[in-house]
Formats: sequence, structure tokens, C-alpha cells
Amino acid sequence: MTEADRQVAAVFRAEHGRAVAVLTRQLGDLGLAEEAVQEAFVVALRRWPTDGVPPSPAGWILTTARRRAIDHLRREAARADKHAQAALLHARDEPPEVGPVQDDRLRLVFTCCHPALAVPTQVALTLRLLGGLTTSEIAHAFLVPEPTMAQRIVRAKAKIRDARIPYRVPRDEDLPDRLTGVLAVVYLVFTAGHTAVAGDDLVREDLCAEAIRLGRLLVELMPDEPEALGLLALMLLVDSRRATRVGPDGLVLLADQDRSRWDADEVAEGRALVRRCLRRGRPGPYQVQAAIQAVHTDPGPTDWAQVVALYDQLLALVPSPVVALNRAVAVAEVSGPGAALALVDDLPLTGFHVFHAVRADLLRRVGRRHEAVVEYDAAIAATDNAAERAHLTRVRDTVRV
Amino acid sequence: MAQYLLSVMEPTGGTPDPELLRQVMRDVEELDQAMRDKGVWVFAGGLHAPTSATVLRAQDGRVVVTDGPFAEGKEHLGGFSIIDVDDLDAALDWGSRLATATGLPIEVRPFRS
Repeated sequence: MTEADRQVAAVFRAEHGRAVAVLTRQLGDLGLAEEAVQEAFVVALRRWPTDGVPPSPAGWILTTARRRAIDHLRREAARADKHAQAALLHARDEPPEVGPVQDDRLRLVFTCCHPALAVPTQVALTLRLLGGLTTSEIAHAFLVPEPTMAQRIVRAKAKIRDARIPYRVPRDEDLPDRLTGVLAVVYLVFTAGHTAVAGDDLVREDLCAEAIRLGRLLVELMPDEPEALGLLALMLLVDSRRATRVGPDGLVLLADQDRSRWDADEVAEGRALVRRCLRRGRPGPYQVQAAIQAVHTDPGPTDWAQVVALYDQLLALVPSPVVALNRAVAVAEVSGPGAALALVDDLPLTGFHVFHAVRADLLRRVGRRHEAVVEYDAAIAATDNAAERAHLTRVRDTVRV
Repeated sequence: MAQYLLSVMEPTGGTPDPELLRQVMRDVEELDQAMRDKGVWVFAGGLHAPTSATVLRAQDGRVVVTDGPFAEGKEHLGGFSIIDVDDLDAALDWGSRLATATGLPIEVRPFRS
């Protein structure tokens, strides 16, 4: 890859979302906007190596894409396509825009994450249109064959056009619900990266980095939304431990991790964001989860009583068995494994590998070794991730002996 | 503006409680009136049971008539409203009200324009 190629790739990643967003507003057609931006990057790949990178690469891409789109519309309009004629009039009226246009990208976020689209489709569209990832990259990240992913994206764009999914920020009364959906999509990208569901790597760094980049964008676009801040803080704090999560023998538990190898910048930024959230005084599930992660980064021994208190708060906000399971892990540190076991036993989570792993650990700690081995086996059977399986197998074998 | 078909998906077989049915009819009528008042109403109607249907197929230069619905299913089209609104969000708002009024799943589908 030449220097110019690298620059085109970097501009593509950084500017794709904005260019598509601005053009979609100008043209009223997301599919056409995306194609035009795509073509502009192809031209850039051809021209920049010889002509040099223009002073404003983003502006160059937008102008070129807009010109391409208008050319396309002219050809269609000449064939008496009424839709193209109307779009052309609209596009001509609009002055070219270069500077940061925040609202356009925000519209794009809410269009990609529209609840009328299936969640995997929302994820794919967000990464494709807003994140500027290629279809092949997204397919690879989610272990889906490329033609399947391509089809998913084509269908989604057709539905946006045919069913008229609006290109706008939702009304105030719908905003809380819709925002929850948007944050969930970004967090899904992160968790998909953080615990690769299948395969040999525990972490897919590219997806984690992408989710954090999207999280930053959401904070930039919605600076007054504490849950957007909370989500970014949560991702940064979890990601800061990435280097220490996997050792030569598989998964390394939090307590055994080498803190000096945690990413100090991410820890500092995450903690600062948590403090900012606390000042807002409008707690939500992501903020509380970030606060729990922040407690784990406090110097000295972990304040488990505080962790339990935060889980109490989280359970009130999100009454789910998975939260109850995580709370029980913290309870074990405060009140002992026996107390935690009583909380875990009746949770309806059979088949969820973390449930079996937690229960196995608690049984081991209260000395019920035979039952512990059975639970470890259940946990091993339920996880598809090689690093997690290796860790569980290793612990099970020490219990068995 | 764009037109959408709101299909009411009814379970096949079994008869709902008459009192419940009366309440549903009242709620649907009220919603129908609201659609007219807002100027989004295009057409609406409830259908007789699928067993009342007849299917026609053109083959070999003639049309074959068969008794019964095109496909037997656990659900069938029980009725529908056609509305003319700005975009999918507006269609989903009206569809949600229809789902609440009928207590049944509503399929929202755009017409080709």
C-alpha cells in the first residue's frame, strides 16, 4: 500500500459517514448518496497518488460525490424519470457543504438503527454507512459469508427506500426509546469484539476499536445524553484491560490481571467520563455499569461493598437474571460464596455459559467439588470460544484432582 | 405522501369472546374515525372467514376455480386499513394504535408508488 492509498483509506474511514449523511439530506436518497461517495473514493484512489492529496480531503470527496450523483440524476432525468428530475432540482438548490454538519450524521445514526430493521441489520448498516467499513470487513467480523452480508445491506437499503424509513432525528417523545436502540447497537458491536462468540481469539480488536470510535461520535453528536457518555466510559474501561484478559493459558480473571499493563489512557478517560456522569445526576444502565468498572480500577483492594451497591442500583434499572448473576459474583466477595450460591441457584439461565461458570466457581469455593465439576462441564459445553474453554478446562481439572 | 397497507393478522379457528369482540369493534371503529378525521384514511374493511374464499388460477387457456383460501395457515388476513401518510414512522404510529385496538399483530407494508 502506498502512502496515498493509506491516506485514502484513512479518509474513507473517517469521512464516509459524514459524506453519506450530508449527501443523503441533499439528494433525499440514501442508496444514491452511498454509491456516489463510493465512486468518489474510487476516483481518489486513482488521482491522489499522482495529483497529490487535496488540501481538504473531506471536502474533495463530498464535492466529487455530489457531482457524480448529479451526473447520475441527469442521466436518469433525461430518461424521463420523474423521481430523478425532482431529486435533481432539490440537489441543485443545495449549496455544497464542507464543514462539520453534526445533525446529518445524527439523522444517519437514527436511520441505520431504525426499529423497523432487524438488529443484525442495524449493526451492519451502522458499521457500513456511518463507520465506513467495507462489506467484507463487516462479514469477516461477524463470521458471516460476504454474499450474505452484502445481501443483508442491499435489502436494508431497499427497505429504507421502499418503506420510507424517515431520515431524521426522532421526535422528543420517541427519543429515549430510539436512543436506547442506538446505544444498544454500538454496545453490541463492542461486545461482539470483546467476547468473540466463536473462534480462537477471545477479542476482536478491530470491532472494539470501531465501537469506541462510534461511541465517541455519539457523545460528540449528543453531548447532553448521559447514557451516551456512560456507554463510552464503559467501553473504554472494559477495553483498557484487553491486553491482560488473555494469557498463555487462556482467560485471566480480573483479580489475577497485571494492573500495570492496563491501558492507562483508557482508564483515565473512562474514569473522568464516569465522574462527568455522576455530576449530571441522571443515572442509567450504561452509566452504572461504567461506575462498576471504575470501582475495579480504583487503587488498592476492590471495594466490593460498593460494587454490590451499584449492582443493586443496576438491578433496579434493569431487572434481568444476567444482572442478578453479576450481582451474585460481587455478593460472594462481601458475604461469602454460600450466600452468593443461594442467589444464583434459581436463576433461569441454564445453557448460558457464564451462569454455569459462576455456579461452578461458587460450588468449588464452598467445597462441593463433584457438583462443581458437573457445572464446569456444562460451562465448557456451552461456550464456543477457545480461550474461555481453555480457562474453564484448566480450572475444572484442578478441582477434579 | 405514501400509502401503506395495515393488515390485521387473525388466528385461524376458535371464536373470540363476544363481549371482547364488541369492545374490539368499538375500538376499531373509533380508530377508523380518527384516521378519517386526520385525513389519512384511504380504505378499510373486515373480511369474512377464510373458508368463504374462492381461488382462481389461469392455466392452459382456462380458469380453474377452487373452494377455500389460497393457503391454509395458523393466521390469516382478517381485515385491513389503507392509509396515506408521510413516512414509515407515521404508518407505524397508526399501526400501533390498530394493534392496541385489535389485540392482534399488524403487518405494515408500503404500496409501490
